[in-house]
Amino acid sequence: MNFPILTWITFLPLLGMLIILLIPSGKDEKGQELSKTIIRWIAAGVTFIQLILALVIFFNYNKGLTGVNDPASFQFVEKISWINAELPMIGNIRIEYFLGLDGLSVPMVLLTAIISFLAIFPSFGINKAVKGYFAMYLLLDLGMMGVFLALDFFLFYIFWELMLLPMYFLIGIWGGPRKEYAAIKFFIYTLVGSVVMLLVMIGLYHSTGTFNIIEMMDQGRFLPDSIFGGSGTTLRYVAFMGLFIGFAIKVPVFPFHTWLPDAHVEAPTPISVILAGVLLKMGAYGMLRIAFPIFPDAFAYFQTLIAWIGMVSIVYGALCALGQHKVGKRDFKKLIAYSSVSHMGLVILGLASMRPEGVTGAIFQMFNHGIITAMLFMIVGVIYDRAHTRGLDDFGGLARKMPVYTGIMTIAFFAAIGLPGMSGFISEVLVFLGAFKAYPVLTVVSGLSIILGAGYMLWALQKIFFGQLPEKWQGPWDPTGKLYKTDDVNLREMVALIPLGILVIFLGVYPNPVLHLMTGSVNSFIELMKPVLN
Amino acid sequence: MNHDLILQLGLIILLAPLLSFVVNVFFGHRLQRRSGWVGTAILGIEVVLAAIVAFGKLALNGDLPTVQTTYEWFVVGHYQVKIGYGIDNIAAIMLLVVTVISFLVHLFSTIYMEGDRRYPKFYAFLGLFTFSMLGIVLANNFLMMYVFWELVGISSYSLIGFWYEKDSASNAGKKAFITNRIGDLGFLTGILILFATYGSFMFDDIYAGIASGALPFASPAMLTLAGVGVFMGAMGKSAQWPLHVWLPDAMEGPTPVSALIHAATMVAAGVYLITKVFFMFTADALTVIASIGTITAFVSATIAITQVDFKKVLAYSTVSQLGFMVMALGTGGYTNGFFHLVTHAWFKAALFLAAGSVIHALHHAMHQLHDHHSDPQDINNMGGLRKTMPWTYRTFLFVTLALAGIPLTSGFLSKDGILAGTLAWAHLAGGWHWIVPVMAFSAAGMTAFYMFRLTIIAFHGEPKTPIAARTHENKLPIVLPLVVLSLLTFWFVYSPNPIDASSGWFHQRVVQPQTAVPAAYQWDFLIAADGHGSNALQHATHHFHTLAMILSLLIAGSGIALAFIIYQYKLVSADKLAQRFRRLHTFSYNKWYFDELYQATVIAFVMGTSKAMAWFDNVVVDGIVNLSAAFTRLAGKITGIFDHVVIDGLVNLIARLTGIFGAGLRKVQTGRIQSYIVFVLLGLLVLFYFFV
Repeated sequence: MNFPILTWITFLPLLGMLIILLIPSGKDEKGQELSKTIIRWIAAGVTFIQLILALVIFFNYNKGLTGVNDPASFQFVEKISWINAELPMIGNIRIEYFLGLDGLSVPMVLLTAIISFLAIFPSFGINKAVKGYFAMYLLLDLGMMGVFLALDFFLFYIFWELMLLPMYFLIGIWGGPRKEYAAIKFFIYTLVGSVVMLLVMIGLYHSTGTFNIIEMMDQGRFLPDSIFGGSGTTLRYVAFMGLFIGFAIKVPVFPFHTWLPDAHVEAPTPISVILAGVLLKMGAYGMLRIAFPIFPDAFAYFQTLIAWIGMVSIVYGALCALGQHKVGKRDFKKLIAYSSVSHMGLVILGLASMRPEGVTGAIFQMFNHGIITAMLFMIVGVIYDRAHTRGLDDFGGLARKMPVYTGIMTIAFFAAIGLPGMSGFISEVLVFLGAFKAYPVLTVVSGLSIILGAGYMLWALQKIFFGQLPEKWQGPWDPTGKLYKTDDVNLREMVALIPLGILVIFLGVYPNPVLHLMTGSVNSFIELMKPVLN
Repeated sequence: MNHDLILQLGLIILLAPLLSFVVNVFFGHRLQRRSGWVGTAILGIEVVLAAIVAFGKLALNGDLPTVQTTYEWFVVGHYQVKIGYGIDNIAAIMLLVVTVISFLVHLFSTIYMEGDRRYPKFYAFLGLFTFSMLGIVLANNFLMMYVFWELVGISSYSLIGFWYEKDSASNAGKKAFITNRIGDLGFLTGILILFATYGSFMFDDIYAGIASGALPFASPAMLTLAGVGVFMGAMGKSAQWPLHVWLPDAMEGPTPVSALIHAATMVAAGVYLITKVFFMFTADALTVIASIGTITAFVSATIAITQVDFKKVLAYSTVSQLGFMVMALGTGGYTNGFFHLVTHAWFKAALFLAAGSVIHALHHAMHQLHDHHSDPQDINNMGGLRKTMPWTYRTFLFVTLALAGIPLTSGFLSKDGILAGTLAWAHLAGGWHWIVPVMAFSAAGMTAFYMFRLTIIAFHGEPKTPIAARTHENKLPIVLPLVVLSLLTFWFVYSPNPIDASSGWFHQRVVQPQTAVPAAYQWDFLIAADGHGSNALQHATHHFHTLAMILSLLIAGSGIALAFIIYQYKLVSADKLAQRFRRLHTFSYNKWYFDELYQATVIAFVMGTSKAMAWFDNVVVDGIVNLSAAFTRLAGKITGIFDHVVIDGLVNLIARLTGIFGAGLRKVQTGRIQSYIVFVLLGLLVLFYFFV
């Protein structure tokens, strides 16, 4: 195929951003801001085309090719020399514009496209500086897509940093009361990871003479006397740990997770959706694509530690979520944020197991967690928009007032606690199956999360939907009837929620469409890692 | 009948209730009252199909093993995850039990739930439950079993909390779900052990794996652990001690739900699971099962004696009877354990539906008398219902006899088998194992007592309240299920011989499977001598049959007599007895304080830990983050000060020095020509001094 589809899917948001920036802001004769609507629909249109492109990729993706460390079996590859310079002291710098897809990245690209498009709809509720918001939104979209597609470490790094900036502004400008704190916390945390990544990247370049991620996986390429040469050296361990922590911050795992609750609580609804839906996956993806296969010896050395980190995150996150009903403001978003720590811990545990079931489960869990948590945050957004509070104690008895909403919410909640028939179940079970083979005791302890998860989720469900409706919500949400004509979810919200709900159930019953994408790649990934594992 | 037809019908039976769910969820608001009829009609068809399948399997293919099929569900790595379903003899019987009771409950609810604002939702959840339950029945592998296991849990949760406006209802639903999940963690662990060892979820593969002598982690203890893990799942669903606490609370759900889910079918799922994978339990695992079952049977019988809530008595009775079934299986009585499951399903469903009939009638009467405060479930508000509700009374009395274990009922046949089995087991195992039959017999005696206490207080004598006097017999859709279920409780349904079931079709068709466990880790009396014939335990059970029958009749008879003496003829005052044994009475009335115990230990611990963790996260972890940020800021400030004072100070110092120096020099620049001439002359003099 000569059509550079990956470039298009990555840089289409940039085009959209330029168009949006060129639209003059102004009011029509009635004082209505015309440009707002136009900007919103342009953003929706751009992300929709992106989704179509992602679907084209999905249907044309050849499941027989494995990728991972074999450059010949990557698909939709675009590779051109980008920077080629002879620099004093450093030597020859060769950086390539190298995009490509394999089974590890296809699910993530699909997820990014789905979430970026659907999160546009809750964004319609943003009224402050609309132009700036959607420009930043699309830039963020570009960065995320690029991270999952880049196969050149330098390019990866640029996309990684590129995504950081708009996120900072999206939280810092359009966020809640403590937005500055949350934004700067997010920024600094991620930056710490980036700095380490940069150092390791330079070291790797010196050791291998390339920025090409696939070539770096070839241990034969490392010059024997270079800093990362050899196998099992201290420097390699340090470099691996640096990369791992850099990515782990993003996942996030205990103890690097505290930026997440703050970022979620302060971020506006659609940004929470993107944060939980896509951004958290970049960390685990980075481990899968870069840290583990480039330093397999160091992975083997730290494997048990990583499994422990996964287990601790799972149980700790679940306990913190459960503890939300005892301390603090009982913020709904905080509860979900901690449940994310718990659910992403499963990804780490699955990866640490390095078994086909575990790794497949981990990638599928990344996908499912993206979908399910996106749903949960949108659901919080729905009542927050109406009641202007997210306090769990402020509600009760909503089931009667909003039956359709309750139905959708029930699907999301049950998906989050891993109910069979929903996609989350399959990934959780796969992770457990894989992890049990490698770490039986840790896995059973992690299994506590299925009890704790039911505890906090059902508690939240009960708090919000069951019991009696409080006095103050007895009337309609919006007595003027301008913003909300009915009390239940409106069409715009349903457009975003229903597809996610359908996806959750469909993949829960028939997970093959997504699992097939990764099967080959996971197998060759395991093959790649196997020689160093005992 | 060929296998394909059986399997195809099985699939239709499985999926049809799901259709009922979907229709009622999406079109329920339009169907309204008709949604009940849609559900009932679908279940009616189910009963016919289930009867065909049961006939096809039991009568025409009775000697064949499981009729089954497998499909690939998804692929992971190089491994195909398979699911499938199969119908063996016990599944065929269960299909019939589940569909018939579900049908009767659907029918019953058309009157009972009439006028409820979420009537279509109720039928939707009933459909979802029936679907999930049938999934458990048809599963031929652990994965599918676990899937439907959870789905049953969720439909039970939804139905217990159906009247969610009441906090007690939504709390009970939550409690049920979470308690079940504790069991499920054990279940999952068991499955993980088995999958990691045998690489399959299929019962057949696991059977073959164990039989081949391969043990998990090469240790018989791990096989026991896997068995106990799986059994933990059963403990949750079948409300076995110490996880039994959710079932009495589950009575918050509408009474037809209690009949269907929390008496007849779902709670039997645990017992069914043990039956299904009976081949994998080692002797140690069976001992655990027997002990838990016995404790459950005994403890809950003692609690049932003092309860005053009609449904609570029945609930504890259910827990006790489930304990009997588990105990039977644990003592190797495969056939009798499953037999009791089936007979109990019919008569316990009848008891609950009769309770529903009574409560419904009392509700009506309260409505007429504008009484909104009385508790229609308190047996002290009843009395004299024998006359006002004759059909309810007759059926209730008959099934109570069955539960008490009186001849001519099915309950007698199954309970007698179990008791004989425990005697035989204790005889063969010897020693402390004799505790089991002792506790079993006393539980049986208590059962007879509390059931007749309930019958006498609620139905006999004079009405204790005006509402009880105003009750009337209910309409046909309520009475008919009672009659049908009572008919199914007669002995002849199972065996022509009213005192011995072993010659009946049931015992011919439900035959204990060969154990897969290596002989070294299994009771020798459970291993059949010639590979196909019956084992030593069965022979002993047969031998103890007459003794068990005499003993159980004596004990049940005295229990009934005691109930009549105290409550009917009032020869001994119940209140005085309660006073006399006040401590025992309080202990029983408060359910052995299990809820309080759990509240004070497990729940307090988990909640305390979670609170501590949330605090730790907020204060310590985040505190360190903020502290390091503060340090960075402080360091920034210090360098700022250094920069300002020292670096900048040096620069300024130089500037100032230059300035001072300049200012000094400026003094010289007077602008007067005379001074300059003097300087020039002085300069010249200096130059002369040096160079000349």
